Amino acid sequence: MSLWLLLAVNSVTLGGLLFLLSAGFSLIFGLMRIPNLTHGSLFMLGAYFGASFVIRYHLPFWLAAILAGLLVAAFGGLIERFLLRRLAGSEQAQVLVTLGISFMVADFCLMVWTGDPISVATPPGLVGAAHIGALIFPIYRLAIIAIAVVIAAALWLLLDRTRLGAMIRAGVDDPQMARVVGIRVSRLFTIVFCLGAGLAGFAGMMGAPILSVYPGLDADMLPLALVVVILGGAGSLPGSLVGSFIIGFLYNFGQALLPELAYFVLFLPMVLVLVLRPQGLFGRPVT
Amino acid sequence: MSGKRVALALALLALLTAPFWVGGVYYVNIVSQILIYAVFAMGVNILLGYAGLVSLGHAGLFGIAAYATAIALSAGLPHSAAILVALIATVAGTAVFAVLALRATGIGFIMITLALGQIIWGLAYRWISLTRGDNGVNVVARPEILGLSLASAEAFYYATLAVFLLAVAVCAIFVASPFGASLKGVRDQPRRMNALGYHVWGIRFCACLFSGLLTGIAGILFVYYTQFISPQSLSLTSSAEVVLMVISGGSGTLLGPLAGAALVVVIKNVASAYIERWNMLLGAIFVAIVIFMPEGLVPGTTRLVRRLFKGRAARAAEDARP
Repeated sequence: MSLWLLLAVNSVTLGGLLFLLSAGFSLIFGLMRIPNLTHGSLFMLGAYFGASFVIRYHLPFWLAAILAGLLVAAFGGLIERFLLRRLAGSEQAQVLVTLGISFMVADFCLMVWTGDPISVATPPGLVGAAHIGALIFPIYRLAIIAIAVVIAAALWLLLDRTRLGAMIRAGVDDPQMARVVGIRVSRLFTIVFCLGAGLAGFAGMMGAPILSVYPGLDADMLPLALVVVILGGAGSLPGSLVGSFIIGFLYNFGQALLPELAYFVLFLPMVLVLVLRPQGLFGRPVT
Repeated sequence: MSGKRVALALALLALLTAPFWVGGVYYVNIVSQILIYAVFAMGVNILLGYAGLVSLGHAGLFGIAAYATAIALSAGLPHSAAILVALIATVAGTAVFAVLALRATGIGFIMITLALGQIIWGLAYRWISLTRGDNGVNVVARPEILGLSLASAEAFYYATLAVFLLAVAVCAIFVASPFGASLKGVRDQPRRMNALGYHVWGIRFCACLFSGLLTGIAGILFVYYTQFISPQSLSLTSSAEVVLMVISGGSGTLLGPLAGAALVVVIKNVASAYIERWNMLLGAIFVAIVIFMPEGLVPGTTRLVRRLFKGRAARAAEDARP
C-alpha cells in the first residue's frame, strides 16, 4: 500500500517538474512555431549552474535556483535574438540550429563539470519526511508539488488576466492580425523565449536533489517534454499541466512495474493521441 | 555534361582502386565507414531531400536492422536468414513509424520521429533480456559470399562498395521514375497534387518505406562492419549526425549524401585524434551550415565557385534570377 502511495507522490513530483519544463516549451512552440530542441539542454544547464552556486559559492538553495533560472533565461534570450530571429519561418533550419546548440551545450557541460554525476543536497528545512496521519511523505517532494502549483497559477494569471498575457494569446491565435493591431510580436517572442528558458533552468535546479545532475540529463528530459506537448496540445497551458501529470504517473509506474518496457509504456498515450486526436488533448486543430 | 561524366568515371575509378592507394587497413576501414554512412544518408535523403520530411528518428530504424541481425545470428540463424529477418523487421518498423509520424508534416513530423527514435533507443537500452542493454550484442563472424570470406578489411570494402553502387543505381532510377516525380510534386505542392488526384499520404508512405529499406541495409552493413551494436548507435546524436550529412552534402542530390558522409566521417576520425570536443564541433558545423550555406556544401560551393569565375555582369544576372 505504502509503495503505491510513494509511487503516486513521486509521479506527482515528476509531473510538477515536467510542467515547469513543458509549459515554456509549449508556449514557445505555440507562439513562435519554433520546436525548441534546446529545452532539455536549458534544463540541464540550469541544474549545473545551480549546483555550482550551491557547492562552490555556498549560496542558499533557492537563491541558487532563481539565479540559475535567470542565467538560463538570459542565455535563451541570446539564442532567440541572435540565431532564431534570423530563421523565422524556416522550420527545418530552426530544428537544426536548436539541435546544434544542444550538442554544444552538452559538450560544454561535459567540459566544465566533467562526466561525473553531481548530487545536490536537499535544501535544509525540507529534509526528512512529514507524517500526515499514518502516512509518510518526503517533504522536499511536497515542496516541489507546491511550487509547481504556485507557478502554474501564476502563469495562468499572467496569460489570462494581464495585458501581456492577452497580447501573448493574441500572438498565439493569429500573429499577423496581432501585428496589425500594433502588438510588437517580435518583442513578445523574446519575452516568451526568456520566460520558457528561465522556467526550464529553474526546474533543472529544483529537480537536482531528486534526479541529480549528470551528462545526458538533457536527452532524458527533452523527449519527455516533447511527449507532454504532443499529448496536451501545443500552446495550451492546461494541456501541459494534464500531459505532465499523465507522463509523470506513466513514467514512475512504468519504471516500477515494467522496468524493461518503461519507455514503451511512456510513449503509448502519445501514439493513441496522435491516432485519435492529432492536435493533442487541449490543442486546437492546426490549419 | 561530358565533364560531369568524366568526373563520375574518375570518382568510380578512385572508389574501385581505393584499397591500393589509401595506404593501410585503417584507411580502408574509414572508406568502408564512409560508404556505409552514405547508404544511410541516402535513405534519409529520400525523405529529407525528395519528400521534404525531416526525420530525427532514423537512427532507431538503423538500430532495428543492426539489432535484428545481431540477435538473429546469436539465436543461431544463418547469415542469409538473419539478413532477411533484419530487412523485414526494419521495413515493418518503418511502416509503424510512418503511420504514426505521417499524421503530421513539418515540425510535427520532426517531433514525432524524434520521440519514436527515442522509444527504440530506450528499448535497446532497457530491454536487457533481449538487447543486453548497455553491453550491446556482438556478431561473431562476417558472412562469406560465394565462398569468399569478408573477414579482411579489403574484402569487406568491396562488398560494401557493391552494395553502395547498387543503392546509388536504385536511387537514381527511383528519383527519375514517375513515382519520384510525384514525390517531388508532393513535396512542393501537396494540395495541388491532391487536387490532381494523387494520393499524397500514400506517396509519402511509400517514400518512407523505401527510405527505411535503405536505412536497414546500412544498419546491416554497419553491424557486420563493427561486429558489435550498442544503444549508443541509436542515440539522437546519431540521427542528427546523418541529417547533418544529408544537409551538409546537399539534400535532394544523388551524390550529396556521399560527400556529406565523407565530410562527417573524416572530420570525426581526424578531429577526434586532435580534440576531444567532437560534439562541440558537430554542433558548431550544424549552426554554421544552416546559417551560411543552407543549401548544402556541394551546391553551395558550386555556387561560390561559379560566382568567383563569372564576371560582374553575370553575377548580377544570377542575383536577379528568382
